[in-house]
Amino acid sequence: MLTVTSPPSSPPRVSPPTATQPPESKAAETGVWMGIATISMSFAALTSAMVVRQSGAPDWQHFQLPPILYFNTLILLMSSLTLESARRRITAAAGQVGSLVPPVQRLAELYLTLTLGLLFVMGQVVAWRQLAAQGLFLATSPSSAFFYLFTALHGLHLLGGLVGLLYVLHRLRQATGPVPRTALGAATLYWHFMDVLWVYLLALLTIRV
Amino acid sequence: MGKLFAIVLTIITVVSTAIFVMRVWWLPADVSAHGPWIDHQLVETMVAAGVLFVLSQLALALFVWKSGDRREGRKITVFPGGAVPIVVLAIVLVGAEILALTFVGSKVWASIYQTPPDPNSLQIDVQAEQFAFYFRYPGPDGRFGSSHPELINEATENYFGLDPANDTTARDDIVVPTLTIPVNRPILLTLHAKDVNHAFYVPELRIQQDFVPGLVIPLHFTATETGKHEIVCTQLCGLGHYNMRAYVEVMRQDQFDQWLKGKAAQQ
Amino acid sequence: MHDTAAPAVVHHHAPPQGFLRKHVFSLDHKVIGKQYLDLALVAVCTGMVLSWLMRLHLAWPTQPIPGLEKLSPNGAAGGLITPEYYLSLMTMHGTIMVFFVLTTAPFAGFGNYFLPIQVGAQDMAFPRINMTSFWLTFVAFLVLIASFFIHDGPALSGWTAYAPLSAVGKDAGPGQGLGQTLWAVSIAIFCIAQLLGSLNFIATTLDLRTKGMSLARMPFSTWSWFITAVIGLIAFAVLMPACILLILDRVAGTSFFIPAGLVISDRLQPHAGGSPLLWQHLFWFFGHPEVYIAILPGFGIVSHILPVFARKPLLGPRVLIGCLIAIAFLSYTVWGHHMFVSGMNPFSAVLFSVPTLVITIPAAIVTMLWIGTIYGAKLRFTTPALFCLGFVSVFVSGGISGFLLAQPSIDTYLHATYFVVGHFHFVMGVAAMFGIFAATYFWLPKMFGRMMNETLGKWHFWLTFIGVYCVFMPMHYLGLAGNVRRYAEFTDDYLKPLIPLHRFITIAALFTGAAQLIFLFNLIRSRFRGPKAPDNPWEATSLEWSTTSPPPFDNFGGRPPVVHRGPNEYGVQGPAGDYVMQAAPEPAGRADQPC
Repeated sequence: MLTVTSPPSSPPRVSPPTATQPPESKAAETGVWMGIATISMSFAALTSAMVVRQSGAPDWQHFQLPPILYFNTLILLMSSLTLESARRRITAAAGQVGSLVPPVQRLAELYLTLTLGLLFVMGQVVAWRQLAAQGLFLATSPSSAFFYLFTALHGLHLLGGLVGLLYVLHRLRQATGPVPRTALGAATLYWHFMDVLWVYLLALLTIRV
Repeated sequence: MGKLFAIVLTIITVVSTAIFVMRVWWLPADVSAHGPWIDHQLVETMVAAGVLFVLSQLALALFVWKSGDRREGRKITVFPGGAVPIVVLAIVLVGAEILALTFVGSKVWASIYQTPPDPNSLQIDVQAEQFAFYFRYPGPDGRFGSSHPELINEATENYFGLDPANDTTARDDIVVPTLTIPVNRPILLTLHAKDVNHAFYVPELRIQQDFVPGLVIPLHFTATETGKHEIVCTQLCGLGHYNMRAYVEVMRQDQFDQWLKGKAAQQ
Repeated sequence: MHDTAAPAVVHHHAPPQGFLRKHVFSLDHKVIGKQYLDLALVAVCTGMVLSWLMRLHLAWPTQPIPGLEKLSPNGAAGGLITPEYYLSLMTMHGTIMVFFVLTTAPFAGFGNYFLPIQVGAQDMAFPRINMTSFWLTFVAFLVLIASFFIHDGPALSGWTAYAPLSAVGKDAGPGQGLGQTLWAVSIAIFCIAQLLGSLNFIATTLDLRTKGMSLARMPFSTWSWFITAVIGLIAFAVLMPACILLILDRVAGTSFFIPAGLVISDRLQPHAGGSPLLWQHLFWFFGHPEVYIAILPGFGIVSHILPVFARKPLLGPRVLIGCLIAIAFLSYTVWGHHMFVSGMNPFSAVLFSVPTLVITIPAAIVTMLWIGTIYGAKLRFTTPALFCLGFVSVFVSGGISGFLLAQPSIDTYLHATYFVVGHFHFVMGVAAMFGIFAATYFWLPKMFGRMMNETLGKWHFWLTFIGVYCVFMPMHYLGLAGNVRRYAEFTDDYLKPLIPLHRFITIAALFTGAAQLIFLFNLIRSRFRGPKAPDNPWEATSLEWSTTSPPPFDNFGGRPPVVHRGPNEYGVQGPAGDYVMQAAPEPAGRADQPC
């Protein structure tokens, strides 16, 4: 009853892989969009937890957000601008002269973005230290707990974005192959999302805390 | 092989269903006012689900039996009408069943859980803890003393954290390990948890409700027959979970009055 | 959209040479798929042994189990299982089975191996992320298993880990110290792993399809993995922050889930304001979709395999895919049906009950499509075909009791009884396992180039099929009699008369478990010693059968296939028989209408 027959068309035999570089797929961008979806879902869950937690008990403690947060926000927004400018320049240059590696000076804006990103993370740490100096720790109040949690999770995701940018930079600096446009685009998209997420979190914290 | 599958599946279906129909194992007799509603809804659903169960298993068995036919020249045949009748059938049949069940079921649910308790209810406070239940009656003054978690002390049997020294309403509160209630009188329980989640389940009374720390959950019912039943915990609460139980004793009103009077005198 | 573009190629890496790169830290989706399946095999053996111990203890609580005291000197001194150790066994059984078996095997395992091949890709979209995903899963498993070897033993608060029992620390009992923390850490890591995996599945499906592979031409298994990935992307994204909150409550002194005024072990807990119901909502928002993460790949596998052995196209392929999408969508609207008696607003119980009942419509349609496919078929009774038939039967048996549990008024009685245990073991445990078995017998020839033994396979099927009914059907009777679940012993007056039925279940469980040794033997022997498998032993149509068994490193030997039709071409006049393969070229002027 088990019929074992030979296949109708013999499968293609193994041929030596071609040496040419494959065209870049759009997968990196799809992946970032999926990442954006899942990160948004996580923060949505935490937001609902925050709303439930605040309305459920009278122990919510309001406090003044450290003003440095607004400065950090500015830094982060600027980093998005520099990155977007870098992306446009590099993509446009690659389009003009074919698949050539951009000259190093075109990467300057990328280095600036990296620096601004690091500066933002350091600024967030300063904000934590300021809060801690006021005696507000993770376990002090549900409001401070959510503050630390949101900023820490956002910071971790942002560091992930920095690693992604470093990877793109590394590929740009390698003198071979075409410009990794999709990877650059994906990293830029993710970075912009980190901006949007931070602005959302800041608004949420401003309203609730 | 197809015939074997069909026969085995038919036997499984018939035996499984027969044990349900013959009620070899079944719910204990109901002793609550709302219980008949639940039992009725359960039987109705079970009949509907049972018919679907038997029909689908037997259809599967029948088609598998026939599809094993190895005669030469037999052509495969498509299900009459294709997928459309299946979709229509499922939506109409299952949909109608769902509508009926939701309509009746919600009424049953609402009549039990969404109606306010009778104002004439006997109110009893319940404290669940790892791994026991305690019940508190307000005493002759008709008022419960307030509860202070920091005063809870197992050694002095202060299970509710009462403060009789400063709280006059707490002095006459009656605390017992057995839920004693009069028959045919609406009962309103207020459920408190001392430590973790617990649940209050009396199969004969057809009630189950979680205790949630931090929440006070009302639960009301009326027992219609005298007798003694087990109250068991159904929400995992730790190592003694399986052993966490109390009894509910349903007595005639006069017996109950006498019991309460005796308890009040002991305070 | 991909008909015009050149097939995307992702293999930036050449075939690896070193042992580590080839077999351990491999980027090849096929190796990673096999790693997932091997991990699931280890996990399922562990989980089953745990269930045996539980069943033995329930049936004969005073009978020592020889040798157990060596495994756990604290939990089972003298071979007698303590109540807390019973709860630990139960917690670990549930956690291991749900996360490390029912999620990893049908979804991550088979999905990793076959999704790229079925869409004609050379690998997953992100091979490095894919490897990271597996090794994170592996680490999560080690962290969980580690709790068996710590002093207080594993967590005992169930796979649902309801707070505050799970949140307050070791005051709540043995295992609630480090063991529960390890549990939460393990699950958080697992969530990250599955998020990365889901992301990869989606990007691969959307962007790496070969020429001619439109969405409508994807095999049903690919569809189900894709939809499962979408569910996973949302579900695990909620469980992970929930686990972080739980860990913070446990180790950092926050109060997300712990309210004020709790006195545990005579100690007033230093927490205030938290909400135990918040954990339940977050958990079940993940937990119910998780049921579909476990079962939807089974739906896809059965829909993929059944037509192969029925030798006719699956009935209503588009309806099937529509139903899968509807189930995925509805799975996010029903979580509250786990919480009918939890103390949430009684009105919301009605709101959760309606979609729960509505979800039975697509489920019923899918079942009827399978049964309608069998109608008038010429079934070839191979082992994978038998397991597909068994899948349909047990899925019906498990699904139908959902009618009772979906109604809050009836759930008031049946909640937390063995009725629920029987229900979910049938519908998500056994049914998903039958899907895994069908997939293993069906695809092992492709994965290892070796056929499995059919005689042993049939013995395995019959013993398992009869066995699972003997184990799980009686649980429904126990539930009707009010038998509470998660009890280490049955000491209540009304439960004692039910112990004989428990003994019957235990004996049946031991026999059914022993029958799995046949499978294990067959699996391991066939992997190395089985007769050589041809490239297309089952006369199937999808792309995995167009390549060699096992496939070469880049799946198609450097020549990505071109797809000309859907996967449902059975019962037609084809060049090699009654089927036409997806990659078979279009002969001029031949009508290949499905019959």
